[in-house]
This record gives sequence, structure tokens and C-alpha cells, in this order.
Amino acid sequence: MGRTLFEKVWDSHLVGHAEGRPALLYVDLHLVHEVTSPQAFEGLRLAGRRVRRPDLTLATMDHNVATGDDTPPDPLSEQQLDALARNCAEFEVPLYATGNGREGIVHVIGPELGLTQPGMTIVCGDSHTSTHGAVGALAFGIGTSEVEHVLATQTLSQRKPHSLRVRFDGDAPRGVTAKDLILAAIGRLGVDGGVGHVIEYAGPVIEQLSMEGRLTICNMSIEAGARAGMIAPDETTFAYLEGRPAAPQGAAWEAALDRWRALPTDGDATFDREVVIDVAAIRSQVTWGTNPGMVVSIDGAVPDPAALTDADDRAAAERALVYMDLEPGTPIREIEVDRVFIGSCTNSRIEDLRAAAAVVRGKQVHPSVRAMVVPGSAQVKAQAETEGLDSIFTAAGFEWRRAGCSMCLGMNPDILLPGERCASTSNRNFEGRQGAGGRTHLVSPAVAAATALAGHFAEAGEV
Amino acid sequence: MKAFTTVTSRAAVLDRPDVDTDQIIPKQFLKRIERTGFGEFLFFDWRKDPVFELNQPEAQGTRILLAGRNFGCGSSREHAPWALQDHGFDTVIAPSFGDIFRQNSLKIGLLPVELPAEQVHELMARARAGEELTVDLEARTAGGFPFELDDFQRECLLEGLDEVGLTLREADGIAAYEAANAAPISTLTV
Repeated sequence: MGRTLFEKVWDSHLVGHAEGRPALLYVDLHLVHEVTSPQAFEGLRLAGRRVRRPDLTLATMDHNVATGDDTPPDPLSEQQLDALARNCAEFEVPLYATGNGREGIVHVIGPELGLTQPGMTIVCGDSHTSTHGAVGALAFGIGTSEVEHVLATQTLSQRKPHSLRVRFDGDAPRGVTAKDLILAAIGRLGVDGGVGHVIEYAGPVIEQLSMEGRLTICNMSIEAGARAGMIAPDETTFAYLEGRPAAPQGAAWEAALDRWRALPTDGDATFDREVVIDVAAIRSQVTWGTNPGMVVSIDGAVPDPAALTDADDRAAAERALVYMDLEPGTPIREIEVDRVFIGSCTNSRIEDLRAAAAVVRGKQVHPSVRAMVVPGSAQVKAQAETEGLDSIFTAAGFEWRRAGCSMCLGMNPDILLPGERCASTSNRNFEGRQGAGGRTHLVSPAVAAATALAGHFAEAGEV
Repeated sequence: MKAFTTVTSRAAVLDRPDVDTDQIIPKQFLKRIERTGFGEFLFFDWRKDPVFELNQPEAQGTRILLAGRNFGCGSSREHAPWALQDHGFDTVIAPSFGDIFRQNSLKIGLLPVELPAEQVHELMARARAGEELTVDLEARTAGGFPFELDDFQRECLLEGLDEVGLTLREADGIAAYEAANAAPISTLTV
């Protein structure tokens, strides 16, 4: 019987191991950042252990870094960044520190450097590691104890997850982006619909997506509860990777292509679960609540919790509306925002910035809105500046900032004030995520840009 | 890792679905480089609300947390189970957990117990009535209900085993894998 893409990658990374233990999975690439690693390095130090494969490990600074010079230095953040630099020096782990030129959000730089390749296993102490599955890798987030385990052994012991195929059927209406597809899928699956599963995304609309779009889709797998999301590698994947710094070259490239072409799910393989989503019915999506599954079309209205049959769901929706300060029945387009954030590992790649710039070119940010664009990496920032996108944004009244996680999680000075409402291209609208008391609505880059101009939720072409 | 055998205690009840790790420990507390001291920041924002469940007198000193489905969803921060353990909880019982949270909890000896929703609701009712519950890892029961946990994880928890040390015993197998499979990339030569 045939195997799925996930099974092929899983099987080829099993390390022979002792009876009665869970599977031991070899890790091809371990990405490290400042927030979830200090205690892991300390664990190694206390036990007198070393990093087994520094050559399969790469660190960068992203969560805590200041994205501008307009805020005072934060001593705690600097201590954590310094700790990463010291740990990397001591354990000989390569580090792209701030100012290196290759630094950026860990899930942006991996694919950008070509380190993220089909068929690999990739882990990082960050739940959005699922992003890297877009090239056909098995990639998932781990906690600090597991970071320590991978540093010391280059392996992880894992229970084999179940498989779930999410198939997008039909053609996407004009203007519907990868972000809208994945938000609609999470709305359908629920925020726990993928727990215990690895998702494979399939269907013609996925095949037509660019790599950037696929990275956006896989990035949010964790918001449906799935640790990993994957997309079969194809010519789009190969064209994206060819010539990138870590991609194989010459004969090695040809050999890699042969291996990669054997990875897609076999025709007779079966999944533990399958979900089919009708793409033709999807419109631009806007979240209204405090988790990513609380989402509606921009043409819709804030839902009425009374219509929900499950008591837990109803209570959660009622709580969410109180937190979000929204009334049931309010048309989404009538909701006004104070802030707009374009960035994060979900939507900060060059294609995202181009899409947003195309909407704002020659227009002005609404006077009551503060809007910022934060490129995902130093290289995305440089590319955007070469294309003149920064001038389009700044002329329109956007702030153009340095690369980092920024206001996706507000561990740096970029935060919402209590009560502020934000249209954000990030991935989580949890209570307080972007700043205590802040209210987050997740949207695509195009909707975020149009909303910045209109001052309320809007689509491109409406302003 | 902290060993776990059995705990008998009154239980705190947090009957909400999809409690994410951003609520359990907000990001401003993730800048510490130590593993300890997170307990006082547990549910930092929610604890500002006097009617929050864990602020109630009956929740004080409890070592068991009864929670709703998909507890610990979201961010991979291990600081969430660290904060729960540091606050005094030894075990969390819920209908389901976020995958990474569950894994992180197992690694530090905070026992995640998965039971069907009806059983969790029954335990919540018993806890609200002031009953003490027992979670027994040896017997794999919680409040009398059997729960599943694979033998290996159970053994690690009962003994408080260092999993890195266990895996390092497999060094020959890891080396054999490396000899047979060329690394696809090198971060040193990018």
C-alpha cells in the first residue's frame, strides 16, 4: 500500500532504538531563538553535555529585538539576547545576530536561505515551526526540554501522529489569498480540530499557490491544533529553492530533485481523516473573537453566541465578545481600528509586502490609524527597499521598521495599548497577545492595507 | 524531572475550553533565563479579575487542576507548565490538551491526564462539592477513572528519569543513522 508524504518523511528518519520506547526521530535542522533556548543550554552546561551537531543547528534573534530606535532599550530583553550570543559562542552554534544581514524571524530565514528543504525533519522551540512544512518537510514546534534533548542527541522521541488531509476543492474567487484559505479552514476545523494530527494540504488552489502563500498556509496549522502541516513539493518548490545559499548545486541538485520527486503522497495512500473545503464559497476573512477559529467573512457580521448549540462554545463566544467589545450583528466592515500591523512569520515575506504596497500606493493611512510594516527578515527588508516598497509605505503614512517578530506577540516594544483595536496579519488573536487589553483581528495583508486606509475593515478597491 | 507517583488533593476547576498558553503565562514573563519563579505570574491577566476561578478561596492550595478541552493550546512556551508546577499543581485533568503543552508537561513531571469530557465534568462537580481527588499514576486512575499513558512515559514520570540521558544510551544507533544518511544541509557553510 502507498504512503503519505508525512509517512515517507517519518519512516526515513527513524533511528533504530530500544524496545518499549517511543519512536526516536532524527532531526535534520534545529532552529534556535533567544526565548526558548537559555534554559536548554543551561541544562547542557549543568550535565556537562555538548551540542551533538552544531552544523545542523542555527540560531537567530527575533522575538525580543527592537524594530526601531524610537523606544528605550529593555534590559531584560538585552540580557536574553546576550545569553543567546554567549551560548552560541560556547557551544559553537552558528548565530545570525541582529545586524548580521541574514537575521530575521526564524520561520522566514529558514526557507529564504534554502535550509528548509523537502523531506527534511525540522524542529524549533516555537509552535509556528509548522511553517517549514510548505516545502514538504516535517516541521514542528517543541518545548525547551525537547530543545535540550535535540541539542544533546539530534533526535526527539515522539509518538507517531495521525494524518489528516485538508483538500481545498474548486477555484478561489478573485482577491482570496492564502491567509483567507487557512483562516477559513481553521474556522471549519476548529482550534482543536487538528490535535494529534499532521495535516497535508492539497487541491488545485494549493498547487497554484506561490511558496510564500504555502508558507502562510502551513504556518497556521498549529492554530487548528496540528503540530505540523505539509504540502507536496513540486516545480514551484524546486524553482523557489534553486540557487538559494543552502540549496544543493550541480549534480547534487539533480540528485536532490530525484529524491524530492518521490516524496508526494502515493495515489493509493490513505489518511486517518479527510476534510474537504469548498474554495468557491470563501471570501476575505476577519476574526471577531479571541482564537483564530472565531472567524467570518468580511461581508458578514459579528455572530450571536445565542445561536451556538454547544454550551462551552457559547460561553467562550460570550466571553470573547466582552473582551473584544463587540455587539452581535455588527457588520464587520463597520468595525473601526486604531492600529494596523503588517508582519509576523505568517505574512511578512516579500510577496505579502508587495500585496500590501499595491493596495496603499498613492493613498493615505486614515488619520485615526497608526500603521506599521515589519519585514520578516533583513533580506526581505533589503529586497523591499530595492523595489521601492518602503517609499510607498512611508509616503502613505506607514512606519517602516526593522525585521523581527514585533507586534505579533509584543515581547519587544511594539505592543497594543489596553483597549486598542488592531487589524493584524499575524496568527493569534488570543487575549492580550499583542499587548494586555489589546484587541486583535486577524486578516490578510491586502485587507490589513485597505483597512489602514479606510479606518475600518475594508478590501482592496474599496478605498 | 520531578517524579510523580500519586497525589491526593482538592482540585481547582477552570471550566473553559481552549485556554491558550498566552493566558497561562503572558509573554512579558518569558524574558527570564531561569526555569523557576514563574508561579507568581500564572494566569497573570486573568488573576486581576476578582471572580476568576483560581482567585476563589476553595482553589487555594490545590494540587490538581480540572480544565476544559484543548487546554494549553497555542504557543510552545514550556514556561506554561513551569508556571503551573511552580504555582503548586502536580497534574492537570482535561478532555484534551494542546499537543506541545502535553509533551512539555510530561517532560517536567506535570502529569497531563486525558479523560472523556463527561468524566471531567463529573470530577468538576465532585471538586466543587469539596471532595478530595486522587490521581494515581501507578494505577493510572484519576478520581477513580482509568486514564491512558504509555508505559515508557509512565516509567519516566514515576522514576523522574532524565530522558536526554536515556537517549544518549542509544548513541550507537544515532551514529549508525548518521553514517547511513548524509546530512542534507550544513548551517556552517551556508
